[in-house]
Amino acid sequence: MAYSDKVIDHYSNPRNVGTLDKSKKTVGTGLVGAPECGDVMRLQIEVDEATNIITDAKFKTFGCGSAIASSSLATEWLKGKSVDEALAIDNMEIVEELALPPVKIHCSVLAEDAIKAAINDYRVKNGLPALEEAKSHH
Amino acid sequence: MLKLPIYLDNNATTPLDPRVLEAMLPYFTEHFGNAASRNHAFGWQAEEAVDYAREQIAQLINCDPKEIIFTSGATESDNLAIKGVFEMYAQKGNHIITATTEHKAVLDTCKHLEKLGARVTYLPVNAEGLIDLNELEAAMTPQTILVSIMYANNEIGVIQPIREISAIAKKHGALFFTDGTQSVGKIPVDVIADGIDLMSFSGHKMYGPKGIGALYVRRKNPRVKVTAQMDGGGHERGMRSGTLNVPGIVGLGKACELARLDMDADTQRIAAMRDRLERELLTLEESYVNGSREHRLPHTTNISFKYVEGEGLMMGVKDLAVSSGSACTSASLEPSYVLKALGLSDDLAHSSLRFGLSRFTTDEQIDYAIGHVKEAVTKLREMSPLWEMFKEGIDLNSIEWAEH
Repeated sequence: MAYSDKVIDHYSNPRNVGTLDKSKKTVGTGLVGAPECGDVMRLQIEVDEATNIITDAKFKTFGCGSAIASSSLATEWLKGKSVDEALAIDNMEIVEELALPPVKIHCSVLAEDAIKAAINDYRVKNGLPALEEAKSHH
Repeated sequence: MLKLPIYLDNNATTPLDPRVLEAMLPYFTEHFGNAASRNHAFGWQAEEAVDYAREQIAQLINCDPKEIIFTSGATESDNLAIKGVFEMYAQKGNHIITATTEHKAVLDTCKHLEKLGARVTYLPVNAEGLIDLNELEAAMTPQTILVSIMYANNEIGVIQPIREISAIAKKHGALFFTDGTQSVGKIPVDVIADGIDLMSFSGHKMYGPKGIGALYVRRKNPRVKVTAQMDGGGHERGMRSGTLNVPGIVGLGKACELARLDMDADTQRIAAMRDRLERELLTLEESYVNGSREHRLPHTTNISFKYVEGEGLMMGVKDLAVSSGSACTSASLEPSYVLKALGLSDDLAHSSLRFGLSRFTTDEQIDYAIGHVKEAVTKLREMSPLWEMFKEGIDLNSIEWAEH
């Protein structure tokens, strides 16, 4: 399979690989996918409570090049965005940016799910109601 | 200077040995005759070359030159052997015994025959990739006409106990066919000592050309016959019609001669490199060799790297030409049925790499491959949430994964 230059770039030089302290109240963690499906993404955000801005984002992904690239790109986009702006990220934007072929669209869906799951985790930790979408996406 | 990518997929195909090419070339141009032309020098020359190749092949596998039937390759030979025996021995019975780890050319042929009234037993294999001889014995019936078990497996290189299998088949009056594609030319194969009645093999797995293969068909004790699967001029003792591929046959003959002369030296050198590659890669935590290491081809190793996803791994080892997951149908994302037959889970089957070395593989290439794979696996694990959980001692089965 031919990968786009952007996928290869993210795969070769992934941005923001790592782990945030999930016990912190300001950190939201999303873990999506399943090992037997060949994709597991963990995406974490750290939010400034005063401004509601995402100050840091980290990921770890078990999956193909497109899955790694989708989550790497997601962390790049998340940093500096408000939580509400982050919620608006659509998987098709990831597909376009990385020029993912149709068989790899599920990687972008997974990245969107991971973003929503991380935000949801942050919301629940901070006493806000859970997102409807994050609960019903699967 | 090392040339990239490095070819380590020699179980898929091998490069043509320049000595083989040299032997073949005149038969494309000046000696272009049809080996079946009996009334002029062009035909005689071609026939002479074919007869010489038969002798070169016969010497390698210890048979009579007349017992070699030329085909287009191992897939055709597998089809001819199984379908040909099924038709020829229909009076005796309709039962065939094979194994779940056979090549698709055998499995799909058996599936085809099931639609035509054959009863087929597919023997399972153990975690080592070996069939159980007691299960084979128990599966034999008076209607069993053929036992079809491959000599060595293409994905894991595991060598079946051929002599014991042929003895069981013989005891019950069944013929024994073996797909010898991966073994002929790589390890000593002796159809007499091994008790083989039919055996397929091909040129391009042993540094010969593509598009040429052969089926060994025993002529005495017992005299074996197969029904032709193609109608025509009655070439090859009536078992395979079609003008002989003279350059290909010359190439297969030369490849067999070189294999016979070079086998000991090649094996020693290649096995040492394979062992070094394997030893080094096993220093990575949670890496496992698939299949028996004791009963195995000297040039093959198949290793799974846990907590690394297969497709990502293939992308990470872009400087190597290797096979992953499913060796023969790499277009599909389904994990290898051979590895699954050993009892591997989907994720472990997906995260496997098959290395096939050749007589042209160098120490320098192996050094590079070791570093390259180690680097890719290490990098992907640093990126893998599953690896982090494993390192923290979290049981991955305890997590409720969101299926998607």
